[in-house]
Amino acid sequence: MSLLTPNPGLIFWMLVVFLLVVFILAKFAWKPIINGLKERENEIQGALDLAEKTRAEMAQLKADNQKMIAEANAVRDSILKDAKEAADRTIAASKEKAALEGQRMLDAARETIRNEQQLAVKQIRNEVATLSIDIAEKVLNRELKDKAAQQSLVAELANTASLN
Amino acid sequence: MYTSLQQFFTTGFLAAALLIAAPSYADQPEHDHGHPVQEQINEAEHQIEQNLEKHEEEFNIGQMIMHHIADSHEWEFTHGVVLPLPVILYSEDRGLEVFSSSNFHNDHHAYNGYHLVHGDSEKIVPEDSSREIIDISITKNVASMILSAIILILIFTSIGSAYQKNKGKAPKGFQSAMEVVILFIRDDVVKPNIGPNYEKYLPYMLTLFFFILVNNILGLLPGAANVTGNIAVTMTLAVITFIIVHLNANKHYYKHLVSPTGVPGALLPVMIPVEIVGVFMKPFSLMVRLFANMTAGHIILLSLFGLIFIFQSFMIAPVISLFALFLNLIEIMVAFIQAFIFTLLSSMYIGSAIEEHSHADHGH
Repeated sequence: MSLLTPNPGLIFWMLVVFLLVVFILAKFAWKPIINGLKERENEIQGALDLAEKTRAEMAQLKADNQKMIAEANAVRDSILKDAKEAADRTIAASKEKAALEGQRMLDAARETIRNEQQLAVKQIRNEVATLSIDIAEKVLNRELKDKAAQQSLVAELANTASLN
Repeated sequence: MYTSLQQFFTTGFLAAALLIAAPSYADQPEHDHGHPVQEQINEAEHQIEQNLEKHEEEFNIGQMIMHHIADSHEWEFTHGVVLPLPVILYSEDRGLEVFSSSNFHNDHHAYNGYHLVHGDSEKIVPEDSSREIIDISITKNVASMILSAIILILIFTSIGSAYQKNKGKAPKGFQSAMEVVILFIRDDVVKPNIGPNYEKYLPYMLTLFFFILVNNILGLLPGAANVTGNIAVTMTLAVITFIIVHLNANKHYYKHLVSPTGVPGALLPVMIPVEIVGVFMKPFSLMVRLFANMTAGHIILLSLFGLIFIFQSFMIAPVISLFALFLNLIEIMVAFIQAFIFTLLSSMYIGSAIEEHSHADHGH
């Protein structure tokens, strides 16, 4: 049956046309298409990988930040604690020192006061002595002007003294 | 075609009228023959019957179908609209001869010592039977094939340049429509069946798929050639696949032919011929599958249309047209399926030949 008998002329043309189509399409169509598809797939894969990587990095960064914040908080707390302690110590030391200084000043003042007092007492005593001497001198001077009275007094004193 | 159609329908009408009227005449006894009016009517009836018989003889559905699915030296789009194609003949004594097939349009279908024989298919034979000729004419199938080749090259080179132009951008328009198909062939047909070295065969597989598809679809157009339903075409495709397989097959493939694994030595005289028949069976099945599917589809469609001319009834025609429409849709589906199957089986065929056999046997 002619339907089942391949025609040699048609086989020849089929080979020529089909192989030409294969070579032309392979060179000018499939190559750019397949390369384009592959490039695009690589790009998409690359973008996905990058996104995944970035996400991991972000998570890492976040964790790092958290850690750093925690560390910073700890450092701040310790610094505050130290500062407070230092301040407390300083205040305590100052207080003590001030107390001591006050005591010392008080002592010094007291000493000065005592010295001044003694000096003043001494001076007063001297003054009083001088004054007394002056007064005594004046009194004596006045008493001694009246010779008669003196003699009588001496006589009287002498009388009393001899009686004793 | 129009005049012959008109003739068919008028004859059909007359025949229908006759069929309705016939029983009343059949009841007439023989002795009425003597009546002149009756005789006249009988004569008319006889003539119509003869006419009908003649037309039935003229419309030979088998011939019509064969004419449509066979190759031809001219492209007849419809009755009377004919594109003459170049006839190219090579013979040792005359060398290369090129002339138009319209030269055969004469009473004897003869030209320049050649005779165009119309049988199931056309054949050019030299009038001098001692001469040997090689006919490499651009027949209807070759012309249709060249047309589809041009369509394929235009479509896919433009898509290829679109990929270069739109580099790094999303595909658009026709490019993205074709991309779906290309990706389907690559990811679901070629890659899983051929294996990791699939890229070498991808251009061939893509061309194969689109070539068959375009020819299948073009073949469905009215007045078009039946390229993929021609055994020479499918044979060439199958043989190319066969050659690719056997050029690339690894030593496991060839070893498997002469000593199939897991077969006892006593069975080898049986198994080796079976394996060797299997080698040729695969491309043979590829060839026959595509050829038979496409030809069968065309035959069914043409038979349906032929039924209209056989019944010659206005009642039947719309029903058959609807049926033919339905079958045409199925044929479009078959066009895709057969292109897919041919590519799939070629991939599996190549894949099985280049497969690395790390495991002993996989039960076939």
